[in-house]
Amino acid sequence: MSTLHSKAAARFIKNRAQELWHDETLWMVRAKRDKMSRSLPEWENLRNLASAIKMYSNSHLDTLLQEFEMNAKANGAIVHWAKDAEEHNQIVYGILKEHNAKNLIKSKSMLTEECEMASFLKSKDIDVVESDLGERILQLMNLKPSHIVLPAIHVKRQQVGKMMEKELGIEKDNFDPTYLTHSMRKHLREKFLHADASMTGANFAVASTGEIVVCTNEGNADMGTSFAKVHIATFGMEKIVPNVESLGIFTRLLARSGTGQPITSYTSHYKTPAEGCEFHIIIVDNGRSNILSQPEHIKTLNCIRCGECMNTCPVYRRSGGYSYTYFIPGPIGINLGMLKNSKAYSDNVSACSLCLSCSYVCPVKVDLGEQIYVWRQKLDEIGVANKQKKAMSLGLKLLMDRPKLFNSALKFAPIVNHLPRFIVYNAANAWGKGREMPEFAKESFNEMWKKNKVK
Amino acid sequence: MKVGLFIPCYVNAVYPEVGIAAYKLLDSIGVDVNYPLDQTCCGQPMANAGFEKESTRMALRMERLFKSYDYIVGPSASCVAFVKENHPRILEKAHHVCINSHKIYDICEFLHDVIKVEALASEFPHKVSIHNSCHGVRELHLSSPSEMNIPYYSKLRDLLTLVKGIEVFEPKRVDECCGFGGMFSIEEPEVSICMGQDKVKDHMSTGAEYITGADSSCLMHMQGVIERDKLPIKTIHIVQILAAGL
Repeated sequence: MSTLHSKAAARFIKNRAQELWHDETLWMVRAKRDKMSRSLPEWENLRNLASAIKMYSNSHLDTLLQEFEMNAKANGAIVHWAKDAEEHNQIVYGILKEHNAKNLIKSKSMLTEECEMASFLKSKDIDVVESDLGERILQLMNLKPSHIVLPAIHVKRQQVGKMMEKELGIEKDNFDPTYLTHSMRKHLREKFLHADASMTGANFAVASTGEIVVCTNEGNADMGTSFAKVHIATFGMEKIVPNVESLGIFTRLLARSGTGQPITSYTSHYKTPAEGCEFHIIIVDNGRSNILSQPEHIKTLNCIRCGECMNTCPVYRRSGGYSYTYFIPGPIGINLGMLKNSKAYSDNVSACSLCLSCSYVCPVKVDLGEQIYVWRQKLDEIGVANKQKKAMSLGLKLLMDRPKLFNSALKFAPIVNHLPRFIVYNAANAWGKGREMPEFAKESFNEMWKKNKVK
Repeated sequence: MKVGLFIPCYVNAVYPEVGIAAYKLLDSIGVDVNYPLDQTCCGQPMANAGFEKESTRMALRMERLFKSYDYIVGPSASCVAFVKENHPRILEKAHHVCINSHKIYDICEFLHDVIKVEALASEFPHKVSIHNSCHGVRELHLSSPSEMNIPYYSKLRDLLTLVKGIEVFEPKRVDECCGFGGMFSIEEPEVSICMGQDKVKDHMSTGAEYITGADSSCLMHMQGVIERDKLPIKTIHIVQILAAGL
């Protein structure tokens, strides 16, 4: 009874020291978030408002997105619409080609990951450089993010140093974090200076003003967009918020939830292109409108990608981002993967003990755990239910629907207590891998009640 | 006030002493309590595994068994939460309006909110660490969820404080999951075991002799870890403490 997730998780846990470190590091972020959220008496009210605004926005996309487009155009931006990843990538390539741009500097964007844009552009001979520190480290290591906000959280500085020795020719065996950061800054400075075009995602798009908002801690988005003549900003259409007043709710929640900071170091508003520059905005669907048609899952569109559901998830912390088969891990990734392709990504549905901590920590009240429960109910219909689990469930049903059978089973159950260890604790006993079996009582409660022994 | 005692399948089979303590406790404070015979299961194991529809008959059976009672009280927060949260939806599909969900209580919740007990005759001169179980906290609200910015409260602590001689502690990660999760424990055994070990360690760091809580299922999981790793801590259901000496 295993899934791709459970197997990968088992490999991750084998290195118990690394697992412990991963668990504790992310728990620390959760603790920082708790402290920050408690510094605002209105925290729960903010969550209610944020959730309600998202529910409103996502049910008024038709008008809000058009309002955004109209205002963005009036500001001088060029607005594109992409129905899927392919269209998105073609639009980006089209813009770059038009400007004969070969070097693209980009800040962090989960949407470009979703569209697999980097590999597409690489095939067109465009040099895409990630400018977020964590993302650049991973790009040079040829790895994928293992967390959506802390993409390189699973990598240690020694590994980063070794990679930079090889790729950037820095000092040997100098793993001092300040030295490494400065070396990376020097390396990236060159890239910033010589980029032909820049790209950002958007944390929010404001309908009433036509501006987009990008939140970073490194100022890398600002640096990138300041040098290059062309700025392409891309966002999934659920990023829309009605106005600047509602935007304020989200900027108060985002960093407090994601990293336990009061606000990101940079919250940059992009509205009007500088003179002689071009500002392109791509609004992307790529499956989002399909989610709108599924009431049970609609709240996933509330997500502001703060990543806190990963930090709080006891399974994610102990299994790492790579144990999930979808590019977004953790509770939100389990759900988004299933919405993307329920057959292909069903292996992640096992990665949940239904503790519901994610649903309570979420700043926009996505019912993450409840939705995973719903997906479990659908696995059989999709044809990907685990056969053993199904057999066990049907077996249990057979027993529990028949009180007489259940009661007589309980009479004989204590025999199990006296079976030789090698029979009870065999290879098939997953419980027995690290836990002793509970012992059946000599007499069940039901039996004792019948005999008037419960007094 | 007629109270029907709800004894979940595994309490019936593995922990009858928890059922007995629950009965004694309710009886001792003058509650008219009865046990409707031949209960089996609420259906949660199959439902959490993804086979909710297989629990329809169990839900219907529970409706029949407890029809004549004003309250249903059980010593297992997770099972109570399942009836409360999920039976209405399951039964709706069978064209039945769920009644139980409105009158079912975890025993701690019942003692705290309905009976409002202010004194207990019990004595338990030991250090205990409260296990705040996921469904007890996040579905039944037995204590304030650590994720929320609301004033701290704990119905379990309130009740335990009424016991003579007891010292009450809570782990650092106050309501992190112990890793049981029903079939999760065998579908993701490595993660589940790891969570269980971490949780027991956290409880041990309080210096407690016992881990106690409202959910026998979590206690069963942690007991499994304790026995395998031969750790110097024990588990005990909260009703056994509240009924100690009766």
